[in-house]
Amino acid sequence: MKTKLTMLAFIALTGATLAAPQTFDFKDPKGINNAGFKLDAPLEAINGSASGISGTVTFDPANPAATKGKIIVATTSLMLPNPMQKQHMLSDKWLDAAKFAEISFESKEIKNVKIADDTTTADVTGTFTLKGVSREITVPVKLTYMKDKLGQRVPDQKGDLLVIRSSFTIKRGDFNIMPGQFEDKVSDTIELTLSIAGASPK
Amino acid sequence: MKRTLRIVAGVLIVGAIAFWAAAGANRGWTKTHIPKKIMDEATGLEGIQWQGGFVPGVDFLGAAFLGAGVLAGLSFFVPAKPK
Repeated sequence: MKTKLTMLAFIALTGATLAAPQTFDFKDPKGINNAGFKLDAPLEAINGSASGISGTVTFDPANPAATKGKIIVATTSLMLPNPMQKQHMLSDKWLDAAKFAEISFESKEIKNVKIADDTTTADVTGTFTLKGVSREITVPVKLTYMKDKLGQRVPDQKGDLLVIRSSFTIKRGDFNIMPGQFEDKVSDTIELTLSIAGASPK
Repeated sequence: MKRTLRIVAGVLIVGAIAFWAAAGANRGWTKTHIPKKIMDEATGLEGIQWQGGFVPGVDFLGAAFLGAGVLAGLSFFVPAKPK
């Protein structure tokens, strides 16, 4: 009886250790993490990216469906190749970066989870906040768990990596960004891509 | 003076077109930052670094044509040299 209890306790403890959720930090000193955006325009597509990524995601390799977290993009980190376009984009008429310093997505629910080895694909529903307007959206996400690979990215550090990739679209009008205006010059549809890796040091 | 203004206008147009063509004949807007892709070997992610640079676009040509037009236009207001 005593042996059985000991065995049960050992199994429970081992299971708890293996199933422990980890917190991954997406601040990237290397500047690789980026969010891309693209809008159609008459002369050429407006193509830019943002590197001011931060936020945390809690991920359990034994239970990916329980993943939750929040990713933040600093509005002022959005870059465009043309300086005038960038100035207009960050101005109070468009993104109003001075007033709304962050663009964020906070997850609420995960559905359609499919797991293949260390890769999880799912549809994540959450709150997307842009220019102070929050809307619930559902986006497809691909999570890749890379156990003990942190040292390959950051020398002398041990830990795990979690790579998140996602592509989705939003309408700028839904977020009070010049709704219904200049749609022949700047598309209402914005294509967004997320390519980020978070670290969980041990 | 009249002739000088028109020659300068002509040189401006020709020079702008030549510079624009040599820089890649960019038919979009002028770029002062160029995106450079960098690969993270550990994760396979492709990051983007923005580097300073100058790629003239159609707005550059437009500004050159406008400047040339102003110079050429001014030349009509310069009195001709008496013979």
